[in-house]
Amino acid sequence: MTIELYRIDDRLIHGQVVVGWGQPLNVGFIVLVDDAVAASDWEQELYRMGVPPGVDLYFASVKEAVEGMQAWRDDQRPGILLTGDVETMRRLTAAAPGIAAVNVGGIHHRSGRAEKLRYVFLTPDEERGLRALQAGGVVVTVQDVPSARPMPLRELLDGGAQK
Amino acid sequence: MSDTPIAIVLGHGRVAEGLVSAVERITGITDRFIALSNEGLGTSEIEAMLRERMEATGARVVFTDLPAGSCNFAACRLLRVRPDIVVVTGVNLPALLHFAASGEPPAGEGRDASAFRVAEEAAERGAASMRFLRGKPA
Repeated sequence: MTIELYRIDDRLIHGQVVVGWGQPLNVGFIVLVDDAVAASDWEQELYRMGVPPGVDLYFASVKEAVEGMQAWRDDQRPGILLTGDVETMRRLTAAAPGIAAVNVGGIHHRSGRAEKLRYVFLTPDEERGLRALQAGGVVVTVQDVPSARPMPLRELLDGGAQK
Repeated sequence: MSDTPIAIVLGHGRVAEGLVSAVERITGITDRFIALSNEGLGTSEIEAMLRERMEATGARVVFTDLPAGSCNFAACRLLRVRPDIVVVTGVNLPALLHFAASGEPPAGEGRDASAFRVAEEAAERGAASMRFLRGKPA
């Protein structure tokens, strides 16, 4: 197996990831790529509470993730890789080639962000970041849970988005 | 203070609203809880909402629905800087019923301690209420 899902989700570890995606994918591990969390024992302890027994949770900075990527891809178990923001995923895809598809799972309301979908709000910079990912050959879709329809990025940003 | 909510119920979707509504329907007590949802909010926004409501109401007890959820993580982050609050996670209706039915805590110095004790009892009561039932063949 390999990393089955590369996901941008500002809630990082939470129910949709662990239960919604984790169970149907039968994941054996989750990689949380975030420079701040990778530097905080307390944050890591918090997120460990959210992962069920039998699922390994790895924390990595972007630099560590680039170094560890091949090992996770070679892992026999299915895995999920998470970032909390567009920029972290963009840095990762630039430094670790081979990420074919990225799932936008949740980027929630914050000052300066505009609503694109019930669970996707973007700043102009974040919108440019997602477009850059797509232009670089990564298939970007928006989908919070597996039962939802994966919405192409173009549909989200250029019209026709169903709210 | 009898009209002051003393606990916040924070959950996904409309679960908090539903639980609080059920408590009101069963007990007639309408002033004990504030229901909050994480709908549409990021992690920091959930934490900010919770902090604001606790400061505005004086509530010191937080019930969250899912240990592995963003609501509980937000409450735990607040707990880190607010040792004067308590968090109960995995909340269910029996737990809230126990908390609501235990009466208004006394005013004054012992108010928080009393609410914390009842919250701990509510956690135990909620956990103990789960049952697996199976019918017998006729």
